[in-house]
Amino acid sequence: MQIFTCPFCGPRDETEFHFAAEAGKKRPMPAETATDDEWAEYLYMNSASRGKAQEVWLHVTCGEFFLMTRDTVTRDVTAVTPLPGRNA
Amino acid sequence: MSGWRHGSVGSQIDRATPLPFTFDGRPGSGFAGDTPASALLASGIRVLGRSFKYHRPRGLWGMGNEEPNAIFDVTEDGRTTPNVRATTVMLRRNMALRSVNTAPDAARDRTGMLDLFNRFLPGGFYYKTFMAFGWMRWEPMIRRMAGLGRLDPGHCPPADIPQFNARCDLLVIGAGAAGLAAARAAARNGREVWLVDDAPEPGGSLRWRGGDIDGGDWLEFTRDAIGAITAAGGRILSGTTIWGAFDHGLFAAWERRDGSPDRLWRIRAAETVLATGAVERPLWFANNDLPGILSAEAALHYLSLYGAVAGRRILLATGNDASYPVAAALAQAGCDVTLADVRADTPATPDGVGHLRAARLTHAHGRNSVAGAVVDGRIIETDTILVSGGYTPSVHLHCQAGGKLDWDTGSDSLIPRPGSSALRVAGAVNGSFSLARALAEGHAAGRGTGPAPRAAAGDWQFFPMRPDPDLRGRQWIDPQNDVTLKDIKLAAQEGYRSVEHLKRYTTLGMATDQGRSANFAGLATMAALTGRTIPETGTTTYRPPFSPVPLGVIGGLRRGAVFNAPKRLPLEIAHKARGAMFREYGGWLRPSVYGTDDEAVLAQQEALAARKSVGLYDASPLGKIEVIGPGAAELLDYCGYLRLSTLKPGRARYGFVLGETGIVHDDGVVFRLSENRFVVSASSSHAASVRMILEEARQDVFDPAKSFIHDVTAGFATLTVTGPKSRDLLIAANLPEALYDDAKLPHMSVTETFWNGHSLRVARVSFTGDRSYEVTVPARHAPALYSALEAARQEVSGRWIGMEAVMILRAEKGFILVGKDTDGLTMPHDLGWQASREKRKDEYLGRRSLFTAEARRTDRRQLVGLEIDGVTPLPTGAHLVPLEGQRRSLGFVTSSYFSPILGRPIALALVEGGRNRIGTELGVFHLGKIGRVRICDSCAFDPTWERLHA
Ligand SMILES: [Zn+2]
Repeated sequence: MQIFTCPFCGPRDETEFHFAAEAGKKRPMPAETATDDEWAEYLYMNSASRGKAQEVWLHVTCGEFFLMTRDTVTRDVTAVTPLPGRNA
Repeated sequence: MSGWRHGSVGSQIDRATPLPFTFDGRPGSGFAGDTPASALLASGIRVLGRSFKYHRPRGLWGMGNEEPNAIFDVTEDGRTTPNVRATTVMLRRNMALRSVNTAPDAARDRTGMLDLFNRFLPGGFYYKTFMAFGWMRWEPMIRRMAGLGRLDPGHCPPADIPQFNARCDLLVIGAGAAGLAAARAAARNGREVWLVDDAPEPGGSLRWRGGDIDGGDWLEFTRDAIGAITAAGGRILSGTTIWGAFDHGLFAAWERRDGSPDRLWRIRAAETVLATGAVERPLWFANNDLPGILSAEAALHYLSLYGAVAGRRILLATGNDASYPVAAALAQAGCDVTLADVRADTPATPDGVGHLRAARLTHAHGRNSVAGAVVDGRIIETDTILVSGGYTPSVHLHCQAGGKLDWDTGSDSLIPRPGSSALRVAGAVNGSFSLARALAEGHAAGRGTGPAPRAAAGDWQFFPMRPDPDLRGRQWIDPQNDVTLKDIKLAAQEGYRSVEHLKRYTTLGMATDQGRSANFAGLATMAALTGRTIPETGTTTYRPPFSPVPLGVIGGLRRGAVFNAPKRLPLEIAHKARGAMFREYGGWLRPSVYGTDDEAVLAQQEALAARKSVGLYDASPLGKIEVIGPGAAELLDYCGYLRLSTLKPGRARYGFVLGETGIVHDDGVVFRLSENRFVVSASSSHAASVRMILEEARQDVFDPAKSFIHDVTAGFATLTVTGPKSRDLLIAANLPEALYDDAKLPHMSVTETFWNGHSLRVARVSFTGDRSYEVTVPARHAPALYSALEAARQEVSGRWIGMEAVMILRAEKGFILVGKDTDGLTMPHDLGWQASREKRKDEYLGRRSLFTAEARRTDRRQLVGLEIDGVTPLPTGAHLVPLEGQRRSLGFVTSSYFSPILGRPIALALVEGGRNRIGTELGVFHLGKIGRVRICDSCAFDPTWERLHA
């Protein structure tokens, strides 16, 4: 059972969190300019990297979406930061 | 009958308290403090079970959870627990022990003849033989003969095991010399230490081997350690097994308690010391599985703790120094002991012990018990053989925590590689067997300051003992799963050389002892046969649990009503008083019907009453997600299929929330209460996920400071009044006048007002097609609203209706339930909602997906209604098929009811190109037969929508 740190609430049990998305995926905007292939790439293609990964996670109990940098092999969590919109 | 009870030795037993028990129906007697294993050993009973495959007689081998043979179904107070290890529980009065895998009992097993066919049952036999000829046919027979204990169908242990989370500075696993030293050192420096051990008392092997520490008896040292731990705020958990190491330093512990429910602990420690000791290996010679062949260490354990002596004429075969104190103690207890050591260079001969040097045991004789042995070709008369093939460190938790192993020649074992897991390792688990080294390592692991506790030096020397593939006769490697040396040779010959393949091919180490006494020999043999070293051959993966844990411990208190508790209505008591039947709908416990008659009959009556006069139902689970702030409209535009910024305050709009895939995630009504305040009335089962869709957009796409999302579903109660007399009911209930003025509150509008001093929100929206009012109050005022509406209901002859009737009413109108009338492919235009898709030009969630080639297909499954002849509704889920040509699914029935107001069945369906098929007929396939249906519009009742305003 891992411990993740919500930037809003602090360290909590992993059962309170949901994976949301791989970080750094940019939604084509406006979406209608994207080709079908580009849109499918955005929707369905993930790198699911072994080792270092940057992901968006959701703390379900408080509703905070945040960036988490972690290692999928060692399970080390190296950083949690609020979404960029939070800092604006 | 060779085991016996010593007259005075035995630190654990209370001879003043005899405990009667039965074994396979025959009476026996032990003492308080005994385990079933020690009591049976002392009473001389040797055959305790039959082996898994060949039904060979088997007896006691070990002293803990490495025990492969002494496994019983234990009945106490009429409750039978299967597969209990006789070595790991305490004997209790009138315990009934039943050997497993035997018929009729361990001593007289009928299927023992299987052993005669052993050469036809080699490794991989089951796979090769029975898979080829149809496993299904053979499986019942094999299952009957093999396997372990029997489940008692009546055995439903109470869900009374609490689970606790705990934190400490230092977790010490194992309370032997090393663990005690680590815990004491840390506690003396003020750290909060938890010392956990699966034995009933701290001490580890000191309990039977004894020893002097810092010039005093080990008991003094132990008391001092316990005192230090307690003083520093730590705790000692005895009879507690740490059964798993999990991510981020979490350990799971199962605490057994006599007379109280067990407990599960989830322990997170800043640091962890592993001091789990080691388990003795057997020796490998012909018939090495005969009852009466025991681990030498275990024999000393039984003698010292329980006065249970393994035999009278004892041969102790060994290759290491650890066995010498065992031989000495047994000789002192009055046994005739011969010590056969494979080494020529040995420690001094213990007093009163016959000593054979450079002597190898090759055979054991006997049918149901040891009757003799062969050492270097010479027959030795003996009734008991004790053996020691060295020790295997208990590295499981280190490996579960990600640690690696290194070969250590000195201890002839695989030990934890330093730093490869977060655990600090001390004592025998580290291959350090002398008391002095265990104490020093423990002291260091506990970050002790000052000198480590002292003890006499002197490391044990080990000669590497291995199975000899050239020796004649059957040598057992894994007694619990009946794996012999020959099976391993066969696996090597057939190319199953990786340890993981070896394990699965031969079942080595797959029994409930997880091969604790077996894996090393299997591994070493495979290494020798394939010309590799032991580290090259590798080990199988260590996974939790460390030893079997009852499911009730893992399940804890969560069973029955609290396993997955539904959400409850604020008015549940009032509905119950009305005679409501309850069912779960979308995670909420809601009235299905009111009354005690047949549910389907009641639902028909209720639906009809709602159409004829007025029905009331509890709609509190409807989602109420408030979206507030200057950015609210913009956010909702982005998250919804329909624009909401164009909605006027006081008005409501029905719409959808889509995923980015364009698939309908939820439907519902959004109210605009004021310029910057909306309420999203998500469906009850999707409120939580809709909130998160809104949150994600708010935080990721927009300025999060400009809007705020608040799910207040649980804070309010909603009662819905629907039917031609719904307005009359509001008047009779004396609700504020503004509510029943259609000019002020037309269909699809909402108003907030005050009633009896608190807020009241009324919305004119309809899930039934009839004039309806959703009346919402803060949850604490629900009883007052209920009373007012109930009094008015009686005046206008209305009726409370449950969710079953609501389902009929909404289906008559073709109103969908997302997830029932839609599936994972349904887009809004499939439901007839194409206007937004065609007209909206701004960006919104899922929009791009509505214009892919797939989304543009004309043969997409679309929502339609179905008409049939007769009175029997269609089966929900039945597939629609062409009436001619090749049969294939064109879609399926999603909702189907008998409509009491129409007097005929109605149904909704998703059908390929459905809207173009309206007026045509299709087949409906059900239970091998094909019926006929007519495709029609999804709205079966009041298609001109007159009743909304009636
Ligand atoms: Zn949080």
